[in-house]
Amino acid sequence: MDIFTNLNALTDFLATSLRLSIPIIFAAVGGVLSERSGVFNIALEGCILGGAFGAAVGAFLTGMPMGGLVIGLLVAGGAGLILAGLAVGLGINQLVAGIAINILMVGLTSFLARLILGAEATSTLPGFHPMAIPGLSAIPVIGPVLFNQDFLTYLMYLTVPFAWWFLYKTPWGLNVRAIGDYPIAADSAGISVPLVRTAAVVASCMLAGLGGCYLVLSQVFVFTEHMSAGKGFIALAALILGRWNPLGAFLACIFFGFSDALQLRLQFNSPDVPYQLFSMVPFLASFLALVFFAGKVRPPAAIGIKYVRGGK
Amino acid sequence: MLEAIRYFYMLRPVWAVMAALLLGAGLIAVSGTNPLEAYRALFTGAFFDYYGIGGTLVKTSPILLAGLAVIIPLRAGLLNIGVEGQIYMGGLFSAMAALLLPDMPGLIHIPICVLAGALGGGLWGLIPGYLKAYHGMNEVIITILLNFIAINIVSYVVGGPMMQEGAPYPYSVEIGEHLWLPWIMPGTDAHVGVIVGVVLAIVIFFLLRYTTVGFALDTIGRNAQAGRYAGIRVRRTIVAAMFVAGAIGGLAGTFEVLGLKYRLYHLFSPGYGFDGIIVAFLAMLNPILAPLSAFFLSGLKAGALVMQRAVGLESTVVEAIQGLVIIFVAASLAFTYDRTFWNRFLERRRNLEAKLGDANSTEKQEG
Repeated sequence: MDIFTNLNALTDFLATSLRLSIPIIFAAVGGVLSERSGVFNIALEGCILGGAFGAAVGAFLTGMPMGGLVIGLLVAGGAGLILAGLAVGLGINQLVAGIAINILMVGLTSFLARLILGAEATSTLPGFHPMAIPGLSAIPVIGPVLFNQDFLTYLMYLTVPFAWWFLYKTPWGLNVRAIGDYPIAADSAGISVPLVRTAAVVASCMLAGLGGCYLVLSQVFVFTEHMSAGKGFIALAALILGRWNPLGAFLACIFFGFSDALQLRLQFNSPDVPYQLFSMVPFLASFLALVFFAGKVRPPAAIGIKYVRGGK
Repeated sequence: MLEAIRYFYMLRPVWAVMAALLLGAGLIAVSGTNPLEAYRALFTGAFFDYYGIGGTLVKTSPILLAGLAVIIPLRAGLLNIGVEGQIYMGGLFSAMAALLLPDMPGLIHIPICVLAGALGGGLWGLIPGYLKAYHGMNEVIITILLNFIAINIVSYVVGGPMMQEGAPYPYSVEIGEHLWLPWIMPGTDAHVGVIVGVVLAIVIFFLLRYTTVGFALDTIGRNAQAGRYAGIRVRRTIVAAMFVAGAIGGLAGTFEVLGLKYRLYHLFSPGYGFDGIIVAFLAMLNPILAPLSAFFLSGLKAGALVMQRAVGLESTVVEAIQGLVIIFVAASLAFTYDRTFWNRFLERRRNLEAKLGDANSTEKQEG
């Protein structure tokens, strides 16, 4: 293949891989945060969609990408609040609550998008544009791939190490992890389990929403129905492969980004073969990776279990 | 009084649906349409019109079967999000049996197609069942990924090897007319799939209620360790439950091909597998209530288009209402009924009333 011989093609391929992995990275890091606190977040998919919808509406109404970012985060955060209310507050099955959010977001965003964006849904929205970092962007191959990016990509570079630092090096992170593993101990140490879980879920959904904002504001500049297209679920696979660690999840997402970019290239190079054979590659890769490489995973011990004070 | 509370409690999903419809009315009003008119168009179009009922029943067939495919494993605590993929694999296998096998009479060929479809869905359910039972993997993520894989497999097959020549978009050649399932309402598309669904619902109800199968599933759902202690083969039961659920999901896809579309189309299921999840919760995991809740949900979907034509409201509002329905139903199921709690509450109330000297209270004789 030409990507191994041609430098420009290689740069292009790596840039595509990065671009495709960014929404998944945001969602997966968010998922790590929520699941470390003991709440499954199947709603990542819906939160990406909500973030994308909010970003489109915000950018459309304010005419600025920053407006889109704010509204996108608010919509995703709202979805997170509903999820927290259902899963943490009412204590219903977290998986069911997450699926309910996903179904709601699909319907709500499709309906409201037609209502608000209407006929202009196909016109290009304002978005973030690449800003080259002087010096670094001149490095061959890596430079243009990593350092000629837009605002949200640079934000992702900061988010991943920050999430790691937060979880493993701060007392708040310790609280989150303690609640995910043994909420009774955390509760008796005076940490409010519902409060921390709610905060973690909302933050998690907002991170996934950032992924949706990236889709709209940095990638395609329009909102289309169902545009999350399973990215939230790939993020869930990534966080398991990454052992519920932000850095591990990041690496797994990069792997999925590569496989996605590879399938696009295969589609492009072999037009005779129906493209669906290739578009299943990211999902097949996630599935096979889970089955063969996940090995003995140890999820947070209290994940999926609602916490009842004085209960067993 | 206690009886009244009990009935109020038993009808939780109904209140939840009403709350969702009320909030949906708000959404409709926001878009500048009269919600009452919109709902009238929707419900007349879905339930009070011969062709409307036909259209509703067409959707009831896959949605009901999908609901049953969610209910069975959920009794054991397994969330089968993979019905969508099982529908696609069922459609694929049955279409392959219909198109690739040599000519034979319909009476032999139809059962073969149906069995093939059930097998296809069953195998697609077997994978997550096995991975859950023997490797402890989260069935939710596995089934979701398998959905995408199945959808793409079908798209590939009907876009490549099995594609009708010159078709504008991917679909297979038409199946023979001797394989078409009989209709149940002349003049409409309603086919026997919905009857099979209702019969299956009744059979499953009795199986779960009066045989050890149901007991085994419920025990695993409550406490797998206790189940093992009671001599239930937990792993094997999980795999079997997922296989059966997958087979029922496969039937949903089979009947779409044999009863409605007569071809295998790409993307032929608009998310029926996910509607099955709504049906399961609306029916409170009771198979006998599944036909009712599937009929209602199908009516919402079928009526949406009538409503769109009648009042010019985007039919996607119904998707939003469906989302609200499942959120409210899920939330309503969180409120558990505690007889002693209510007894104590009523006791206190009676005491208070007695102290206040209100001897005329009608509450006094009840409880």
